[in-house]
Amino acid sequence: MAAKRDRWWVGLIGLIVALILTSQPLPGWLNLFRPDWVALVLVYLAIFTPQRLVLTSAVLCGLLLDAIHGTPLGQYALALVVCIYIPLKLHLHLVLVPIWQSVLTTLVILAIYQFALFWCNGAIGNDLGATAYLAPLASDMLFWPVVLALLDLMHLGRPTARQ
Amino acid sequence: MSNKGVHRDHHGAALGLRTFACIAVCIVLMAADQRDALGGRPRAALMTIVYPLQTAAAIPTTLFDWSEDATRSRADLARENVRLKRERLLADARLQQLNAVRAENDRLRAMLEARPRAGDDVRVAQLLDVDNDPFRHRVLINQGSNEGAFERQAIVDANGVVGQIIHVSPASAQVMLISDPGHAIQVEVVRNGLRTVAFGAGEYDQLEIRFLPNNADIQVGDLLVTTSLGGDYPAGYPVGEITAVEPQPRQAFARVTAQPAAALTRMREVLLLTPKTPPQTPTATSGGTNEEDTPDGS
Repeated sequence: MAAKRDRWWVGLIGLIVALILTSQPLPGWLNLFRPDWVALVLVYLAIFTPQRLVLTSAVLCGLLLDAIHGTPLGQYALALVVCIYIPLKLHLHLVLVPIWQSVLTTLVILAIYQFALFWCNGAIGNDLGATAYLAPLASDMLFWPVVLALLDLMHLGRPTARQ
Repeated sequence: MSNKGVHRDHHGAALGLRTFACIAVCIVLMAADQRDALGGRPRAALMTIVYPLQTAAAIPTTLFDWSEDATRSRADLARENVRLKRERLLADARLQQLNAVRAENDRLRAMLEARPRAGDDVRVAQLLDVDNDPFRHRVLINQGSNEGAFERQAIVDANGVVGQIIHVSPASAQVMLISDPGHAIQVEVVRNGLRTVAFGAGEYDQLEIRFLPNNADIQVGDLLVTTSLGGDYPAGYPVGEITAVEPQPRQAFARVTAQPAAALTRMREVLLLTPKTPPQTPTATSGGTNEEDTPDGS
């Protein structure tokens, strides 16, 4: 527990790396399948370090994402806050679940994230196709175990064995 | 029960309340930003914060470019040099003609008592980042308000109009391409001076001309250039070439598409245009009417 308390920088580094990966140029159709890195890292932080300022980080990261994407300020922040509420509320349950359940829960959480983005885009009058929201979810599911393992390694200092 | 106690300790009973407050703040922000009530400052600050991250993200591309340059053979360079020299000779020859034509044009405009057309100042910017959202055609360039870039500034490349700046920070600026679904540009057909509007279609190789009637005088191959009527773009820069004209007898408008002249997917460097005579702001006239209003009222 003492070790855990000392590693406050894990979240910061995780979020910075996530923001860099978000602005990484990718060729053509791969762009469609870019995982929502920032949301994934925030979900991890909400589950495993709920005592930190996760909600505030979500708003700040959301504003930075808005600056990266050129969307109205607050759009990504709103989507992140809405989806982060769930893992923050349920973190005691989510800490314990086996990996396949964790993948499914994350899928639901990120679907809510995408829906919030969809709703904001609709309110602004920005009409994107359904693939724009569904394609990232597929890669989110693929990459969630990777994010989980890497952040666990950084957070706890050793690899964890999850079923 | 004890579990619940721990839960409360971690973030109090007010998690829902705080989430709600954050959501409210976000919605207010969005609404304000959508109505341009925030001004450019907050976004410029945020763009300044993410600028180092975006530069870091571009490192692999930069390295790749650099290694490509470093491993280029001497023979390749010599060949390229010959080609560039030849192109420059051609361009110089054309420029001579252009200078003569410009002088003639100025003379003619003077006879018509029109203001001579000023040239534009040009500044080169490099592309830092292409927006990763496949449905939004935006790019980030490495020139910001420090270098004199401003919102709504026109961006061109060697072949034609690229787009315009929508957000500007001290060190970088975000450019909306003419192919972005949210972009529209006033154009003029060179052949007959027909004016219309070209909309982005969300495809890099296509623009839509939506509101031309079925009997409009437009043909495949017509060149579209900017007009000064739209306000944002200086006149006379090529925008695209008509690629398809399909009259639709049952509807009011024909389906007309054009291909952008600029190489929107292949550009590395773009040019920022600054009109030499700054566009006159309507403040002078509105001030005049106010002055007229006051004596009327008193």
